[in-house]
Amino acid sequence: MKEIYLDNNATTRVADEVFEEMLPFLREQYGNPSSMHAFGGRVGRAVSLARERAAAALGCVPTEIVFTSCGTESDNTAINSALTARPEKRHVVTTKVEHPAVLSYCKNLEGKGFDVTYLGVDREGLLDLDELRDALRDDTAVVSVMYANNETGVLFPIPEIGAICRERGVPLHTDAVQAVGKIPIDLSTLPVDYLALSGHKLHAPKGVGALYVRKGTPFRPFLIGGHQERGRRAGTENTASIAALGKALELAAAGVGHENTAVRALRDRLENGLLAAVPDCRLNGAREPRLPNTSNISFKYVEGEAILLMLDQFGICASSGSACTSGSLEPSHVLRALGVPFTFAHGSIRFSLSRYTTQAEIDAVLAELPRIIERLRVLSPFKKGGPEPLDEKPPCTC
Amino acid sequence: MWEYTDKVRDHFLNPRNAGDLAEANAVGEVGSLACGDALKLFLKINEAGVIEDARFQTFGCASAIASSSVLTEMLKGKTVEEAKRLTNKDIAAELGGLPKEKMHCSVMGQEALEAALKSYFGEKAEEHEAEGELVCKCFGVHDGLIRRAIRENDLKTVEDITSFTKAGGGCGDCLERLGEILAEERGQPKPVPAAEPKKLTNIQRMQLVAKVIEEEIRPSLKKDGGDIELIDIEGRNVVVALRGACIGCPSSQLTLKNLVEQRLREAVEPGITVTQG
Repeated sequence: MKEIYLDNNATTRVADEVFEEMLPFLREQYGNPSSMHAFGGRVGRAVSLARERAAAALGCVPTEIVFTSCGTESDNTAINSALTARPEKRHVVTTKVEHPAVLSYCKNLEGKGFDVTYLGVDREGLLDLDELRDALRDDTAVVSVMYANNETGVLFPIPEIGAICRERGVPLHTDAVQAVGKIPIDLSTLPVDYLALSGHKLHAPKGVGALYVRKGTPFRPFLIGGHQERGRRAGTENTASIAALGKALELAAAGVGHENTAVRALRDRLENGLLAAVPDCRLNGAREPRLPNTSNISFKYVEGEAILLMLDQFGICASSGSACTSGSLEPSHVLRALGVPFTFAHGSIRFSLSRYTTQAEIDAVLAELPRIIERLRVLSPFKKGGPEPLDEKPPCTC
Repeated sequence: MWEYTDKVRDHFLNPRNAGDLAEANAVGEVGSLACGDALKLFLKINEAGVIEDARFQTFGCASAIASSSVLTEMLKGKTVEEAKRLTNKDIAAELGGLPKEKMHCSVMGQEALEAALKSYFGEKAEEHEAEGELVCKCFGVHDGLIRRAIRENDLKTVEDITSFTKAGGGCGDCLERLGEILAEERGQPKPVPAAEPKKLTNIQRMQLVAKVIEEEIRPSLKKDGGDIELIDIEGRNVVVALRGACIGCPSSQLTLKNLVEQRLREAVEPGITVTQG
């Protein structure tokens, strides 16, 4: 059975072109880019080429790109850099729906005596920019707001947020891990100071990421050691993966139009098909502005893990914000921040497509999923029209 | 991804006895939509007290559905007395085991069974649900369930309690209380509560103070060439005089507070102060 992989916000398949690009550095081209000999120097030029490709894809200059090990390292480095550069400033502004790479880092900062403001979102998952304006203080060291939400795909207005931050002279970091490759990003006009991205979300392998640091933005390294990455990120370069990331970013920039036409059309086919075929389901988060590949749908009266395991029988891969799949006992913090009722939150499924998704795959999901929901609803003690005594009682107000 | 046994997968994909049972004379309902899992168990018990039929409806993950399904299979043909002795461990064992984080699914099965049997004997379900102290407000878990889960499954950590009962898995406010309950059930000393002042009469206090000074404090000071004399007791204030080598000793004030006062507080009453006359 071949997988129908609709979990591309979790990770993606390595593109064939990307795989070819990295192979020489895992075989004969094993030199260290820092070496003085020509053998190492050749690998150094490959790293430079990757940096140029990354810069071209993002609309910045190569020296503004720092290669890292993952999106999390990029996010942590950006926030840490802003705080370390201005030690007198002890306040951070972020949102309640960030990825743990930012959210857990901020919680950790609170334990170290920093003050963090977590901006809420409305039922569509959108920010109130006046609330952001009011949150900025004289001692705000950095604002960290994600570009696209990993669970709902909802986009935050980074150009407007950047303008507000500029006005107040506060640096802006954006976690763009889900956005890069799916929407056009041009750093020559986008007013951000730091931007994090991850290779494995855009058809490069796991274990490589990048951080954009705008020229002139104070920077303090997170990893301290050798002079690699011009002293901004110590550690011998992951040359094969960096070459892969450069190629993947080049492909992503070229393919962003395809994402917003063909992939979007397939996503809409899936979403509209499910919303029409299955009673008592809803879309979580705003329809627009949203990533073209993501759809988060909740099915009332059934539980997400059960849906995923039934989908798994057909080789269909997706993910859920239900408590049972999160490893905790509470449903996703993102859906709760949106105020998604518990009756829906436990039955949420996220589908995330890629350039490799086909219409036949979408149609297979449309054929199987309504039957799966029906099967699980027959098992469920909760029914449409039946009493929902505990729906109005939120179990936890923390 | 959870590692489920083949039997869990089988009962999840091919659930036995799903649906309601019109002729049920015992129904147990536990959990809620908000909590993320719920089970409604239907039993038909005949005049001889034998469970003739069992059905279930479950909202929850694969292991919740499998636990419910296997429970109905286990119950059929059992007498009410036999059913009463079923525990969550039996349910989990019948499935070939459950991941620890999913053990609460088997506990939910046991709870539903108990609720059903209580309804059969005419007791109200509410009485069961409100058993004891409400410990976890997020998931509505009472201490009765927590204590039993600790005993029957030999739970050793607060994390275990959360895996088995869900208590503490929400906001985390009750984690400290769970630690206390765990200590009580495992027979460890309770975290020391704020010392309850002993009620002593004036005479008792004076006799006790004199005794402790004479028998414990004086001998220990004398070893270093010092001495102590009890001068007066005014309420809880004990007036003493340091003698011998203690006079003019730079650490005499420390001796007074650390040794004399400390010892009297421990042995007599927490509120005692000691001053030099």
